[in-house]
Order: sequence, then C-alpha cells, then structure tokens
Amino acid sequence: MSLMGLTAIELGRKIKKKEVSAAEAVEEALEAIEKKETAIHSFLTVDKEGARRRAEQVQRRICKGELTSPLAGVPMAVKDNLCTRGIRTTCASRLLSDFVPTYTAEAVCRLEHAGVIVLGKTNMDEFAMGSTTETSAFGATKNPWDTKHVPGGSSGGSCAAVSAEECSLALGSDTGGSIRQPASFCGVTGLKPTYGTVSRYGLITYASSLDQIGPIARNVEDCAAMLDEIASFDKKDATSVKRQACSFREALTEDIKGLRIGIPSNHLSEGLQKEIRQAIFAVSETLKQQGAVVEEFHLDFMDYAVPAYYVIACAEASSNLARFDGVKYGYRTKEYANLEEMYKKTRSEGFGSEAKRRILLGSFVLSSGYYEEYYKKALRTRAWIKQKLDQALERYDAILAPVAPTTAPKLGVFEGNPLKMYQSDIYTVAANLAGLPAISFPCGTDCNGLPIGLQLIGGCFREQELLKAVYAFECTRNYQRSPFAMEGERTEKCHRREYEQSI
Amino acid sequence: MKQIDDEILSYIQRLSMLELSEEEARQARLDLQQMIAYLDKLNELDTTDVEPMSHVFLLGNVFRDDVVTNQDGRTDTLANAPKQREGGFYVPRTIDGEGTQ
Amino acid sequence: MSKAYETVIGLEVHVELATKTKIFCACSTEFGGVPNSHTCPVCTGMPGALPVLNKRVVEYAIAVGLAINGNIRKCCQFDRKNYFYPDNPQNYQISQLYLPICTDGSVEIPTDTGKKTIGIREMHMEEDAGKLLHSRSDMASIVDYNRSGVPLLEIVTRPDIRSAKEAVAFLEKLRLMLQYLGVSDCKLNEGSMRVDVNVSVRKEGADRLGTRTEMKNLNSFRAVARAIESESSRHRKLLENGQKIMFETRRWDDKRGISHPMRTKEEARDYRYFPEPDLPPILIEDAWIARIEKERPEMPEEKLERYQREFGLPKYDASILVGEKHFADLFEEATALCGKPKKVSNWIMGELICLLRENEMAADKISFSPENLAKLIDLVDAGQISGTVAKEIFAQIVTKDVDPEKYMDEKCLGMVEDEDLLREVIVSVICVHSQSVEDYKRGKKRAIGFLVGQAMKTMRGKANPKTVHRLLEEALSYEEAPRA
Repeated sequence: MSLMGLTAIELGRKIKKKEVSAAEAVEEALEAIEKKETAIHSFLTVDKEGARRRAEQVQRRICKGELTSPLAGVPMAVKDNLCTRGIRTTCASRLLSDFVPTYTAEAVCRLEHAGVIVLGKTNMDEFAMGSTTETSAFGATKNPWDTKHVPGGSSGGSCAAVSAEECSLALGSDTGGSIRQPASFCGVTGLKPTYGTVSRYGLITYASSLDQIGPIARNVEDCAAMLDEIASFDKKDATSVKRQACSFREALTEDIKGLRIGIPSNHLSEGLQKEIRQAIFAVSETLKQQGAVVEEFHLDFMDYAVPAYYVIACAEASSNLARFDGVKYGYRTKEYANLEEMYKKTRSEGFGSEAKRRILLGSFVLSSGYYEEYYKKALRTRAWIKQKLDQALERYDAILAPVAPTTAPKLGVFEGNPLKMYQSDIYTVAANLAGLPAISFPCGTDCNGLPIGLQLIGGCFREQELLKAVYAFECTRNYQRSPFAMEGERTEKCHRREYEQSI
Repeated sequence: MKQIDDEILSYIQRLSMLELSEEEARQARLDLQQMIAYLDKLNELDTTDVEPMSHVFLLGNVFRDDVVTNQDGRTDTLANAPKQREGGFYVPRTIDGEGTQ
Repeated sequence: MSKAYETVIGLEVHVELATKTKIFCACSTEFGGVPNSHTCPVCTGMPGALPVLNKRVVEYAIAVGLAINGNIRKCCQFDRKNYFYPDNPQNYQISQLYLPICTDGSVEIPTDTGKKTIGIREMHMEEDAGKLLHSRSDMASIVDYNRSGVPLLEIVTRPDIRSAKEAVAFLEKLRLMLQYLGVSDCKLNEGSMRVDVNVSVRKEGADRLGTRTEMKNLNSFRAVARAIESESSRHRKLLENGQKIMFETRRWDDKRGISHPMRTKEEARDYRYFPEPDLPPILIEDAWIARIEKERPEMPEEKLERYQREFGLPKYDASILVGEKHFADLFEEATALCGKPKKVSNWIMGELICLLRENEMAADKISFSPENLAKLIDLVDAGQISGTVAKEIFAQIVTKDVDPEKYMDEKCLGMVEDEDLLREVIVSVICVHSQSVEDYKRGKKRAIGFLVGQAMKTMRGKANPKTVHRLLEEALSYEEAPRA
C-alpha cells in the first residue's frame, strides 16, 4: 500500500520515527496524483517543486526537533479558494486563472507552521457556488468511487483527492454544506467547525457570515489533529473567536455513555434515499450499543432553511464578488471603449453561469423595494432557525441527520435545473445559518457501491462531542477505501480498463 | 409573486455589472422567476417577534490598535495588476474627473 | 419678490480622522506618498483580505459624538454601500446606514440675532476611497489606493440652516471643535474636511421643503458661502419663472462662480446597503463613554473663559486666540515658558497676525518654536534689545524659526550701552537738526522727542530710548550753560 493509504497520523508517526522521510511522502503523493489525475481531476494546480522544497525544509526541522505536531511532514491538498503565496489561486474561475496571491490564508499558514506540506490546489465549484464541482471553469472532478458520478461540491476536489488517496489531508470550506456533502459522496470525513473557530483570512469569500474552513481526512482522528492546528483566534479576522484552549485529538475516546443524540424524524421522510434512512437507523443502533441515548424528535424548519440560506448567501456573494472587476487583479477583457464596458465585459466573460445566477439573485434581494421582503425576512428566518436548533441542542448533545437526500448523483444531473440542486442542500444549510459545528462521516455504501455519509450537528463550540461520537462509531468498523484509492495496487491493465469505462 | 420581467432583469444586471447574452437572459429570467417563487415560501413563516440576525455570535468587540505595522506595499499591491502605469492601476478614464468621496 | 422665499440648507461634512493607521488595516494614513505605497491586501480589496476595526476611530467618533451633544448608540454596526467605481477597491464602501454610532446631536452657532441651534441628524464612521489621477495624454486614469481606507466621520445636519452666513458659522464652529478634540486637522485644501451642501428654496412659511440640489467640490468656507448664494438665487429665479428644480448633484466652479450638473456615475442610486458581515457589531459601554468624556481636552468655550479669568485677557483678545487653535497652542506654550500672558497675546494679536497676512500664510503653517517667542519677550524685558529690533527678529522667527539670542549676537543687534558712543551720535544729531534744538530751547519741550527718534534711527534701534533721552537732555542743558 502507498503511504497515501495511511491516515495522516500514521504517516506522521512513521516520519517522526524516521521510517520514511517527508520527501518520500511527498514523492508518493506526487506519484499518486500523476497516476490518478487524468481520471479524477481533483487538482487544479500541483506545485511539485514547491512541495519538494518544503519537504526538505520540514525534514530538516523535524530532525532538529523543532516540529512536534503529529502532522509534521504530511502532504496536504488545499481547496483553491484559499490563498497561497506564490501558488496560483483560481477559485476555479476564469476570472482568477492567473491570480498569484502575495499572502497565504491563515489556516494554511498554521498547518504549514506545524510542518504540513502543501501539494497543490484542488478543484471546486466556481467561487464555491455549486454542489457537484461541475461549475468549475476548469472541468469537473470525478468521484473516485465511480467516475461517472460527481464528487459533490463545492469542496469536491479536496474530498476526491483524499478519497482517491492522492493525499491523506485536505482543507475545504463549508458555506452551506460544501465540506460535508462532498465528504459524504466520496466516503471521507469532513468537519465544518463552529463559525469563528478557524480564521477566514485568505479564504476567498463566498458568503462571509456562513463560510467556515474545515478539515477533510480519512477519519475523525486526522480531522481532530487538523482542527488542533487551525482552530485559533486570529486578529486579522474580526469574526474569529477566542476559544478555550483544548486538544480536540486528545478528547477522542470511545466512551460515549450517556451522550444524548436526537434524530429529527421529519428529516427521514420522502425524498430521502431509502438506504440513507436505513443507515441512520443502523448508525443509531451502533451508537446505542456504545452507550448513547438516541431518540427521534421533530425539527420544524425544513421548508425555510434553503430559501433563507440562498437569500443570505447570494446577497453577500453579490457584494463579495463585486471586487472582481478587472482593475486590480485577475482577468480583464481585451477590448473596451470605456470603464463601464470594461466592467461589464470582464465580469460577463469571467464568471460562469452559476456565479452569475447567484450574483443576480443577490442583487435582486438587496435592491430597493425587495430588501425588506427578502433579505430582512431571511435574516429573521435565520434567527428563528437558530432558536429552534439551539433549543434542540439543549436537549441533545448532537443531532444525527442525513447529509444529502441521495448518494453521489451522476454527472450532469442538475444541468439546467439549478433549483433542484439548491434543494439538495436541505440537510446541510441549517448548521451554517446557525453557525453550528457539524461533521460528515462515512457509514457504508448503497446498492451501487457509492458511499453513504451522515452528519452530526452539535452545539456551538462543542466539536468535542461530535468528534467523540464519530470516533466511537468508527471504532466499530473498518475504513472503506474507494476503488481509485487502490488504483496504484492494481495491474496496469485493470487500470486502463476501468479508465476507459469511466469515459 | 414578483414577476421577473425584462425591466427588472436589466436593472439587476446593471446593479451587478453583468451583461447577459440574449440566450443567457432568457434562461436567467426563467431561473430567477422559479427561484423567487421558491423564496416566497419564507412568507409562510411568521417572524413578527424575531429580530433579524446578521451576525451569528455577539461575543464582544474585536479591535486593532492604532499602530502602523505595514511596510511599503507597492510591489505586492501591483503584482497582479492586469494593466498598470506610473505605479498605479490603469483604467479607462473615469467620468467628470471626480472620485466618489 | 425674492423676499417671499427662504433658503433651506443642510450640510454633509466628511472629516478625515487623524489616526496613525487606516480604519481597517495597519497602513499609514500619511497624506501624499508614492502612489500605492501605503497599501496592503485589505485596503486594496484583495480576495480573502478582511477588515479589522481601528479602536481609535471609535474613540474619536465617541468624542465627537459627545461634543455635538449626540446620542451614542450602545450597539452600532457597519453596513456595506455597494457601487462600482475604481477608487473603491472592493466595489463597496464600508459605512454605516442602519445603526450609525451617533444620532440626534446639535451645535450652537452665533448669529446676528443671538444663538441658534443647528440639529445634527446623524454621524457615522466610514472608509475613504482611493484617488484617481487623470492622464492628459490619453483617455486613462491611474488609481492610487493610498487614501483608500483612511477613516472618515460623516456628519449630517438637519435642514436647519437658513443662510450662507449660518452655514459658515456652523462649519467654523465644527472645525474648531474637531481641531480642539485633536481628531482631525480639518484642512479643506488637502481634503481632510469636505463639505457637501444641500440647498432648497421654499415660500416663506411653507411646511414642505422644496426640491433640493446637492453641491460638491467646495474647497473653502468662502466657496461654500458663494455656492449657497449662487444656488439659492438660481432656485429663486427658476421658481419665479414657474420652472421646476431638478433633483441633482452639481459641481461648484469657484473660479467662475457658477455650478453645473455633474454627470451621474451610476444610473441607479441603489446602493443595496446591508450589514457588513465581516465586522461584528460594536458594543459601546457607558464606562467607555465616561472615560472618553473624562479625557476630553479643553474646548474653545472653556479656554475663552479661562484666558479671561486666569490671564486677565480682555474677552476680545481671548476670542481671537481661541478662534484659531494654532494661536491658542502658541499662546499657552509661550506663556508657560515666559510667564507673561499679556505680552505673548500682544505679539500674536499684533505682529504675528500682521506677518501672516503679509506673507499670505495660513495659521496652520505656523511652525516656529514657542520657546523662541518666549525668549524674545524676555530679551525685550531685560532691556537687551529694543522694540524695533524685537520686531525685526520676530519676523525672522516666524519665517525661519531663528533663536532670538543667537540672531541678536550674530547680527550685533544688542543694545549699545557705551554712553560715550551715544554722546557722539547725539552731538551729530544736535548739529544736523539745529532747528529742533532751537525749538526745544525756546521752551517747546516736545521737540526732544524728534531728536530722540533721530538718534535712535542713527543707532538702528540698538539703544535704550530712555538713555538717549537722558543724554540728550544733558547735552542740551550743557549747550545752554555757557551762554548763560
């Protein structure tokens, strides 16, 4: 098995013990990427030379004993909406196809500081707007479980890279489910921390009040170790929060006796794939056996979460994306007679159709005459949803729910039907509206062999309980690798056959 | 329900500094119409006693001290400029020779 | 005919705060500088950069809010104002609309008929835009973001002002207040204070306001006054001819004394304001307000009263000194050094104002050390230089900040004490001006004054006139004696 088949903690331990070097880990990652990218396309930019250089530096610091993090020397993929100094950062948009930031996102900085090595930047939906990674201006990413299916989105590239074992760690961002949903589609673990836990400095904003950066990995321990590095107050982000110092990884125990878990029964009704519903009951049984107290309850905001989410997210996006105008950075249209024409042509040529759709909707709900009816109403609805969730989370330590109504759909399913795509966010957006932590974890496959993921939503600043519950569940089963993860271990012939089938 | 007619669509295009092709505009009208019909669901919910929430947490002030720590930023600022001249960003001439302030 | 109309004026004043750093980043606010040198990802709207509020901006805003008797909001918030323009790097300006930091203030101004209160509708914090430099050679503009993110306060009055004179009185009062608070230097010519004027005209006694126009590009208080006069008479003429007034923004051309409509930047003025999600609301506790109030510097009214009480200055003198912060600062510092308030005041009110006028210098260009004025006064009092010489030296202090003692020595301006030398001068004066000597001897004792003056002139002021007077009397009586 490749080193990339190890968890980050396992790999980090080997590096610490000098069984392998950071450089070897990076080489294996680059090799895996080389082998799998044609089929998966999880990366937009692979910084081979940079990664090798950083591996050397990290190795020297490990030898000197300067790096103590369990993740030191481990290669990582970074979603391409996180700025990386000197490495092209595109947001999967034509508008930023040549943008090379002069600063690095705080979350990436912190991981690099711990000795984690950035391999490159992963594909995503353009400006994180989408649920399939198909809105990328640079082509879709394919699901490593079945390349005819989408990996989910918007952090589709990051989740596919971990799932295909091109690397063991990745950073994603979650505005309305963008970490959790692709994690579930790709059979990996993804955490959206409480709003304010991870600095957003250097994250190219989609919706400021909803965006949160989080870890994507094979298991919960890797996620916890990553969170240990990235969770911190940052004076460069006024919305980041000073949290009590704690180690998320050390909090992991199998003991979940007395942990109260609620399942919103109305989340299980029609529209939900049967196998996902069954998975909920199966997981609930396992958790009960581990000592948790599980019960069903009614959570009645289902119909309003998605509309409120799209009003707020699009309103903020219409403003956040105004800066892409061809003046300071990024794409500028070739010919223009005056300023307005330059603006309009640059933006119309630069943005893809999904981004345009959301910008238009956002401008509409903020425009004079509609502000009260849509935007303000959505803010009230948001407060109301938060109340409901906070109340539920007084009774339960966590809420167990589906991540998406189905497992990964086929490529192109949502084409020409944006509303249908929006509606598939129904289970994930509430946690963003309320700022709550939520974790998506794999728990089996459906009849097509596609992974099923579920999520646990917790009270604010209570990630520990979520991590513990998932850890307890993980202990009862083995990690299921995606077919593409095992890619390197098969014969060349087998590889070619599968690849040909996939296209 | 709000009708997204050509007038509204061209108005919000102007606000957004976007110019859709005829085909795009036709599609956008349909999409927006459908979306807004969906958003109208919010009206079913009674939120009379709920204050609008623009920030999830109110955890006290976050300020910066008034101390200059940034160095000369010219090089980095202009590093990605699509077009520059004389140390500034080059744009087509602005109206009336005036700034916005 | 025109008597039946009244002019209604409201002002929007933008003031750049004198903080060291910008409102949302740690870049310098220094005026000028190489284009884009005072910039960073935050103030140039780079993707992923986030604003963090400068605490001092809030403190200054609270201080001003208190000074204008406004209500300081316990929880205020920033909003985004969305519009596209290249001087605005994010294509939205972070400002305050829904919950500004201060509302319902007032400022009292003096008028011909006594005091009048001008209401302040609201005051809010916001960021300044960059600057556009226009190329002459082609149809291009160059954007410089050095000014982008400099903190501003916008102060909006109610439409309580009725004349150009009142408008200027308000602005002068406000400027003085801001300068004494130390929150802004309020230089109109450098743009650290910018005034937009809303003018409308209505029939006297009418309830509703007429259609207003907004005047921009007012670079001095005089321009404000002229623009108001011009615009209100334009409105009157239109109304008298039964024409309608267009709601529009006009640009004042001070050279030609006329205004013309500005082309609008965006067809729609739909700014789509919404709460700034990147900045949490600002909570202002009473204790914070109390502390700022306690630390407030002495304000003009208080100084006016104290100068009269503590230094015994006449009210008029005190008001001249207080009316220009640079005078008041100079007065207090020089007085502290020499302990002669009345003399310091006389120098400022007399020679200094005169010199500033002669040199066409604004008071904010005063840059000499108060110590030099104090030294000069001491030299005069010690009899080391004459008043004439003192004036000569003061002119050098004002323009070149010379040390009066050194200058006196270098130029040999010290008093001549050698009485023999003085007697020689007197003898020559007596010889030349025999007519005056005759007059004096015939009992016209006042003629001696002329002779003293002539002797002083010959001495180029470097003698004590009292000594000269005594020696002259001696010389004249000596001349008389042999004859008797």
